[in-house]
Amino acid sequence: MNRTLLSALLFLGFSVSAYAEPVTINMWRHETGDDEVNANKAAIERFNASQSKYKVVYESLPKGSYTQAITAAALANNLPCIFDMDQPTVPNFAWSGYIRPLDAYLDARLKKTINAGGKGEFRGKLYSVGQFDVALGIFARKSALSKAGIRIPSAAKPWTLEEFNAALSTLKASGDWEYPIEIHNGYDGEWWTYAFSPWLQSFGGDLLNPKDLTEAEGTLNGPAAVKFGQWFQGLFAKGYANKKPADDQAFLLGRVPLDYTGSWAFSDFSKKWGSDLVVLPPPNFGKGPKIGAASWQWGISTSCKNPEGAAAYINFMMSPKEVATMSDKTSLIPTTTGAAPLTKDYNSKGKARFYYEFSKRFAVSRPATPGYPFVTSTFEKAMRAIVQGANVQDTLDDAVDLIERNIKDNKGYGLN
Amino acid sequence: MTTPTFESTNVHPTKPRKKNSFPDFKSALWMSAPALLGLFVFIVLPFLLAILFSFSNQRLMSPNPTEFVGFRNYDRLLSVRMLTLQPEKDEAGKILLDETGQPTYPRIRSVLRSDENLREFKELFTVSLFGQRTAVVAKDPIFWIGLLNILKFSLMVVPLQCGIALLLAFLINQKLPGMQVFRTIFFSPVVTSMVVIAIVWTFLYDRQVGLINQMLSALSFGHIAPIDWLGEEKIALLSIVIMSAWQGMGFQMVVFLAGLQSIPEELYEAAELDGAGGWQKFRFITLPGLRNTLNFVLTTTTIGALGLFTQVDVMTQGGPNNSTVTVMMHAVRSGYQEQDIAYGSTISVVLFVLVLLIALVQRRLSMGGQR
Repeated sequence: MNRTLLSALLFLGFSVSAYAEPVTINMWRHETGDDEVNANKAAIERFNASQSKYKVVYESLPKGSYTQAITAAALANNLPCIFDMDQPTVPNFAWSGYIRPLDAYLDARLKKTINAGGKGEFRGKLYSVGQFDVALGIFARKSALSKAGIRIPSAAKPWTLEEFNAALSTLKASGDWEYPIEIHNGYDGEWWTYAFSPWLQSFGGDLLNPKDLTEAEGTLNGPAAVKFGQWFQGLFAKGYANKKPADDQAFLLGRVPLDYTGSWAFSDFSKKWGSDLVVLPPPNFGKGPKIGAASWQWGISTSCKNPEGAAAYINFMMSPKEVATMSDKTSLIPTTTGAAPLTKDYNSKGKARFYYEFSKRFAVSRPATPGYPFVTSTFEKAMRAIVQGANVQDTLDDAVDLIERNIKDNKGYGLN
Repeated sequence: MTTPTFESTNVHPTKPRKKNSFPDFKSALWMSAPALLGLFVFIVLPFLLAILFSFSNQRLMSPNPTEFVGFRNYDRLLSVRMLTLQPEKDEAGKILLDETGQPTYPRIRSVLRSDENLREFKELFTVSLFGQRTAVVAKDPIFWIGLLNILKFSLMVVPLQCGIALLLAFLINQKLPGMQVFRTIFFSPVVTSMVVIAIVWTFLYDRQVGLINQMLSALSFGHIAPIDWLGEEKIALLSIVIMSAWQGMGFQMVVFLAGLQSIPEELYEAAELDGAGGWQKFRFITLPGLRNTLNFVLTTTTIGALGLFTQVDVMTQGGPNNSTVTVMMHAVRSGYQEQDIAYGSTISVVLFVLVLLIALVQRRLSMGGQR
């Protein structure tokens, strides 16, 4: 009797599942703030409800070890259909053959509307797209600047190196602040390259020779780079910035008048300081202000059995309405020209429109080479040594040697 | 009645034992099989793979085929050379002096770059002895700095941690009410995640807002200036030593406690009757009674200390200026962050051999005359 019951149940189970079950598309994302997770969850629900062919199921992975987790999954041939990647790691995945080009899958009209900050490319092919970008800027307290008689710069007329130095020294000398600026050197990992390689580029140096991305001699340790390194070291030696910040709350708690960080802090900071808050463009150190481009983006794995389903979701996600909703819910910068006018903060009269302008005017991508993980790790180590007072020329020379040997070991990463 | 049984056991002294011990061994094997399988799959096999990888150019992610590269990784890791520097001379052969009257030397990097055989070397440190300047150069200076750091760390943390643990074990071994509470309190850091503890201590150590500096300042009426515990090259490692000793000592304490309680009470009573004092009881009963416990604790603590990683990764990332970088950290960075699994494996293999050697030497020393 038991057996008949069991088979009846099994039959019932099978017949239910066989009835027009949508194809499951697995997706991984790294853990982020609640706003972003919820906005993403809502978008997935909208997609699942909009059609009956596919069903996107997502899994959230811890942020700290996320890139290692997807690397391990790639090696074990266990990648989900869709997953998010930090844009500079995209060429590495593409070179290794774990993600597929999106050109054939993405709606051609949609593709044309995506800004540089929303695309991950390698050797002329598009491999990843992102709904949002972030931008860097210097948050400042208007009251502190006007009290010290410092000019408030604009995107059209940013501070020069001399003006920036003078501003820091005036603020320090006023005695109101132990440190005039917070640059978040307490963060680990990618922040260092994301935040400080644009400064290096504004000085006239670069991480790699931009022509071929296979050598660093003369660009990462050339005179402009050394000038940048010495200036950067001076920020700490002169007591303008804290060598070892305890947390990232210095600006929020009123311990510093200037804070160099990304647009993600905008809503918290404006809640706290209201009309006293002003966001300044990064200084022009010689070659114009520069900020990092591109944030986390979505790609489709080569092992995905239903790329059409994955592509349907990505097309859905990149539609102007979806991108705009994401931006409204998270206050992140939209990456498509179609979405920007639909957003609350980034339409032509929005209160954060300037970030959209910063992104468009100043954003530079990190080098699109599969060797990027090594380059960024080496750059971070070199910058940390410089903060601690190491000889700038020697440190940068060593970094160049390490990077060039790594490129040689990897046979040029398929770039030459 | 008792004689025949006595005789029978005497006639076949080995037979019954053999009969019993074989099935015992068999069932022991069966019962330990799951654990042994786990040990093999998760420890032995990865280690064998690491040895294999260390002779290749295996990358974490790369379309390039894996190649056998012989000892290249070991050469890169372990190569060290001494380099005697000649003072710079002018065209007439006279030694050039700087403003302070000292001879000037060429930049080490230019010397290394000018010689094809020395191209991959970097300066580790330079010493001036008897008017001669000698530079020690290595292909991977970070490895040697890391090695020195973990040796320093072990030399500091092992005596500190074990000493305090022994003291605590004595304290909580007293038969006083409420001892369980103290045992729990002292043990609690061990069961808390190291990452959490490291983050909390990072705040405690902070120069500006840290509790430790504020306490020191209050206790000394402002005479002790704030110390940059994790930001100062000379103190950072010590700060990590103090924090690690505090975190880990609970475990040693429990082991010592078990050791203390296994020493028969009668020995102390007998010693007391003989008129032994506190120190004599400790020296001639407690210490010999704790000998095996002490060996175990010292060895495991040293092995643990040589694998230092988590605290450093959370608190200083190896800084300031490599003063807290460790070999394990170098291995993890090379293997995962920089995706060079072959080189990361090489570092782990070398670290394994070093730990094995140190543990063997330590065992020899601590066993003393015993076999």
